[in-house]
Amino acid sequence: MLIAQPQAMTFDATLPLQSGASIRGYTLAYETYGRLNADKSNAVLICHALNASHHVAGVYEGQPKSEGWWDNMIGPGKPVDTDKFFVIGVNNLGSCFGSTGPMHVNPDTGKVYGADFPVVTVEDWVNAQARLLDVMGIQTLAAVMGGSLGGMQALSWTLQYPGRVRHAVVVASAPNLNAENIAFNEVARRAIVTDPDFHGGHFYEHGVIPKRGLRIARMIGHITYLSDDVMNEKFGRELRSAVAGTVREAYQYSTQDIEFQIESYLRYQGDKFSEYFDANTYLLITRALDYFDPARRHDGDLTRALAAARCKFLLVSFSTDWRFSPKRSREIVKALLDNRRELSYAEIDAPHGHDAFLLDDARYMKLVRSYFQGIERELVS
Amino acid sequence: MSDRLTLETIASLVPQGARVLDLGCGDGALLAHLQATRGCSGYGIEIADDNVLACVQRGVNVIQLNLDEGLALFEDQSFDVVLQIDTLQHLRNAETVLRETARVGRMGIVAFPNFAHWPNRLSVLGGRMPVTRRLPYQWYDTPNIRVGTHADLEVLAQRNGLQILDSFGLHNGRLRRFLPNLLASTAVLKFSR
Repeated sequence: MLIAQPQAMTFDATLPLQSGASIRGYTLAYETYGRLNADKSNAVLICHALNASHHVAGVYEGQPKSEGWWDNMIGPGKPVDTDKFFVIGVNNLGSCFGSTGPMHVNPDTGKVYGADFPVVTVEDWVNAQARLLDVMGIQTLAAVMGGSLGGMQALSWTLQYPGRVRHAVVVASAPNLNAENIAFNEVARRAIVTDPDFHGGHFYEHGVIPKRGLRIARMIGHITYLSDDVMNEKFGRELRSAVAGTVREAYQYSTQDIEFQIESYLRYQGDKFSEYFDANTYLLITRALDYFDPARRHDGDLTRALAAARCKFLLVSFSTDWRFSPKRSREIVKALLDNRRELSYAEIDAPHGHDAFLLDDARYMKLVRSYFQGIERELVS
Repeated sequence: MSDRLTLETIASLVPQGARVLDLGCGDGALLAHLQATRGCSGYGIEIADDNVLACVQRGVNVIQLNLDEGLALFEDQSFDVVLQIDTLQHLRNAETVLRETARVGRMGIVAFPNFAHWPNRLSVLGGRMPVTRRLPYQWYDTPNIRVGTHADLEVLAQRNGLQILDSFGLHNGRLRRFLPNLLASTAVLKFSR
């Protein structure tokens, strides 16, 4: 079993942000797996999505259930093989898993950032990741890889640092959010912001956590991660039984008690999430999603936006993903084709909706494995 | 139609260094051959998961797509050659995809089984659908949902205003220019818009 060692690096130099603001004296939490080879050519950067972190693979010493969020994909002998590649996971700025975020002290004021943490974008995250690689002495990545929001960072890498990326693996992602995606984000944000415990984002000093808002935000998120079919198959209209393992047939005729299994599931997910996630982080990360739109600087023309990319691409989408549907991935494919970039694109027929990118699907796993074997052959030759 | 000689004969129709789109590229063998021996570049299109995987394993660019949904991903005349090798007979929208082939490629090359090849004619004359090396399926389980002849393919191309650059047969991997509609198991058409 791969044992993960969390690390942290603090940067004194100011990082200018897309908004015009900047951040200084910040820390990035990260983990690495495998060995960097002599010419530093086998590095793979993994970018995380909304609620994940730098803990991508392996477990922590003495905590057998602490698997990284992409442990099925990354590790010794896995599709992204840490016996061959040096894999790096970085926690993004504004997150709540170790890198500098809204719960930390702003060195300029001596007070906790709270709502004053600067708005960060996908581009800002990529810049911060690049600085970490600079310190590690890694000039060029063998690959940058991510799913969902992580896929957006991978795509952005190919545009911001085209000379530093040889391959990009973009899974279940999109070239920007559509109105429906933004709408879901906004409902989640309103749930948090209108929680009386939010205190305008400065809840830390009140010693409270806006858990109600976080729970609802997570419940909404979960609905968008699953497909209609999977939700019906898993829960259907089944009623929740007070005694585990037994089936309840009769309605309670209650408007507020948990009646259906799906309600129980969503509440459980919401409760769990509100215990560990930060409310300001949720706002920041959903905003970063909203703002990502590389075509915006090119009059909405994605083909022109992606002209900067130089690397080879593997894009993967999942048939039942309605959050970032295959159609959205095909927009990226088309823009890359227009620019005559080398790419492969697979549309995996999987029932699990957006969540599929984190799950074991033999076709998906084999595909990524084969693609990375190709990258490895390039390294050797 | 995956034997080596046929593959090499088809490859010889593709100019050196051409940018190629291979519709229904299978396991990517033809594209890999074109890349290795003729300095070509390009992409394969496949619908089947196992073929997409095989292409990635070979290092051939592949895009998973249902051809019956058209070629909207590709701009007009954006490829030197668009190949449709043993693909047309599987398509519901065969005519549309033929037109799309000519739109996307400066040159199109279509190859498909010629139902008018003499053994097939004999079989039908005897009252039974043919089952041959080239058409190995029984009528009730064939994936070939379009059954046509070399002559039919020419008529379809002309009806769509395509310019036929060359038309010949292939049999056991070799060109057949004499009476191809009778003497060749495969019909080949080279055309442009």
